[in-house]
Amino acid sequence: MHSFINFIMGPMVWISFLIFFIGVIFRFFQVIKLVNERENFIYTYMSFKYSFRSIFAWLIPFLPVSTRKSPVFYGISYVFHLLLFLIPIFLLSHVALLEESMQWSWFTMNDAVADILTLIVIFSLLFFIIRRIVVPEVNFLTKLSDFGFILIVALPFVTGFLAYHQFFAYQWMVIVHVLSGELMIILIPFTRFFHMFMAPFTRAYTGSEFGSVRHAKDW
Amino acid sequence: MQETLTTNEKPESNKKDVIDEGVEKGLARLTPEKISTVINQVLTKETGARFKVYVETCMRCGLCADACSIFLSNDRDPKLSPAGKVKQTILEMINKKGKVSKQLLKDVVRIAHTECNVCKKCSMYCPFGIDIAYMMTLVRRICHKLEITPLYIQDTVNSHSATMNQMWVKEDEWIDTLQWQEEDAREEFENLRIPLDKDGADIMYSVIAPEPKFQAGLIYQTAVIMHAAGLDWTMPSTPGWDNSNMAMFTGDFEISGRIARAHYETATKLHVKKIVMGECGHAFRSVYDVGNRWVGWAMPPVDLVHAIDFYHDLLTSGRIKVKEQYKKTVTLHDPCNVSRGRGLHNKAREIVNILCESFIEMTPNREHNYCCGAGGGVINCGPPWKGSRMINNREKKEQLERTGAQVLIAPCHNCHSGLEDIVHHYGLKMEIKFLGDIIFEVMEKTIYQKDS
Repeated sequence: MHSFINFIMGPMVWISFLIFFIGVIFRFFQVIKLVNERENFIYTYMSFKYSFRSIFAWLIPFLPVSTRKSPVFYGISYVFHLLLFLIPIFLLSHVALLEESMQWSWFTMNDAVADILTLIVIFSLLFFIIRRIVVPEVNFLTKLSDFGFILIVALPFVTGFLAYHQFFAYQWMVIVHVLSGELMIILIPFTRFFHMFMAPFTRAYTGSEFGSVRHAKDW
Repeated sequence: MQETLTTNEKPESNKKDVIDEGVEKGLARLTPEKISTVINQVLTKETGARFKVYVETCMRCGLCADACSIFLSNDRDPKLSPAGKVKQTILEMINKKGKVSKQLLKDVVRIAHTECNVCKKCSMYCPFGIDIAYMMTLVRRICHKLEITPLYIQDTVNSHSATMNQMWVKEDEWIDTLQWQEEDAREEFENLRIPLDKDGADIMYSVIAPEPKFQAGLIYQTAVIMHAAGLDWTMPSTPGWDNSNMAMFTGDFEISGRIARAHYETATKLHVKKIVMGECGHAFRSVYDVGNRWVGWAMPPVDLVHAIDFYHDLLTSGRIKVKEQYKKTVTLHDPCNVSRGRGLHNKAREIVNILCESFIEMTPNREHNYCCGAGGGVINCGPPWKGSRMINNREKKEQLERTGAQVLIAPCHNCHSGLEDIVHHYGLKMEIKFLGDIIFEVMEKTIYQKDS
């Protein structure tokens, strides 16, 4: 048991990140190859100025009209995406592990704060599930895999929360926590999770077309 | 029958009953092999990174739904949200590897050709900027290659192919119409000319086929404006004068490219400094944004100006002076292809404020306008689809109604026809006018002198 835990908390972390990085590079390589072969006009229309204009406009909460049409979903979604990165990166126990093994260390957040933020993430995911069921136009678009994505994101947060509070089966919680975290990292390049890398580029292209060709705003 | 439909009837039942001969006969000719070959050919050979990334990046959040006036007009029917339309067309084809039924194809034609105006508003509502209009154009490309394009719009494309204009206007009819308008206009201005094929003129003026066909008065008005502004202009006597382009909306990119090429070549042969085009939105899109790309120009090879830009110049430079402002209350419809397509919405407002006493804003407006409901080739699908189009335009009708204006200004031919249908169908009390109509009415009819 101990050697298994050591494996998933040691080499498996590196393996996961390795697969993640190779996957990301592979996916970008694929897309760039396709652009070069079929749609190299994209380079002609891409504009730095309008790409960043569009990306920044879409990063400002509630600036785009679209986000004001669904303020609750958008607000929750905005906070959720931020926390998705902030919590794991600045969690004391994560940083402590890194310090132990790699002597890397940085700012950490208070455990009580992390606890509340984790609950916010979990409730956001619950909200997403309910929204997918209740809102007809979203339900129509929803596939089983969409719930799968939510589940994969929820697992590390739920198990992390339970493990921290040591409610029950502590060791199993830690194991599932670590494995599901690694699973998510591995899956990012190969699933629609990849939108975290691709979205800035699709936004940039549309922003460029709107800005430099159409002389119009795209938010 | 279509005319009498009311909004209370269930839209669904009406739409499914539409019989379009072009679609029906086309479907009857198809074999399963042909269907899958064509779909796979288009989806694998004619697409690239954009298609792949769009399909793989959409998180199905549904934020695009609120952009679509057709979705809103049908009580938020999930099947009519932009991503919903992709799901029922492209995603079905991908999932079934092209092996789709004729029944599905019938729905696909209806969705892509009559339930999407390819207005691109949804790409402004998608956080990732996914271009769903591009996906719908791709579906239409598949329909074109399967030869199941709706009958009426296919006829328009056939006309483009044979005559280089969209309404089967013959060369002699074209020249005759211009000379007839010249003759009439000379009653107002003694020396007025509509110069044909004048080499090296400053401006080549371009109109779309409906003008010579049944709105020749618009050519008259323009001739008067040009003459009063003292401009050096010309119109071509040969094919290439019409830059409207229905082929780009049916996915017949080969003909679409020919039309754009003929247009630029005509301008180049005449050595004109720029092309000024009349108040038409989709013709503008055709030569400013679409046709040029097919021919291989990132941007139009000849300086190209839409009527809004042109009028703005004339009015702000004093070449055309307003005698007395227009009295009735007016509102302005922003045509997608020149507002979201070219950012001319603010100039259009400046023009309206110069010309008219009281301007009432329509909301949403500018880039966020609702399409007239006719755009993207939807009106060109003709009478079989008019009933469902009117249902799909309910949101637009409500938007128009809220303004309470007496006159609706629409600087686009296609919008004009679509809005005309809405106004008649829903019994709105609104007159629809072009900017040119109002300029003609309020302008000082004297010839511009440089020193005055």
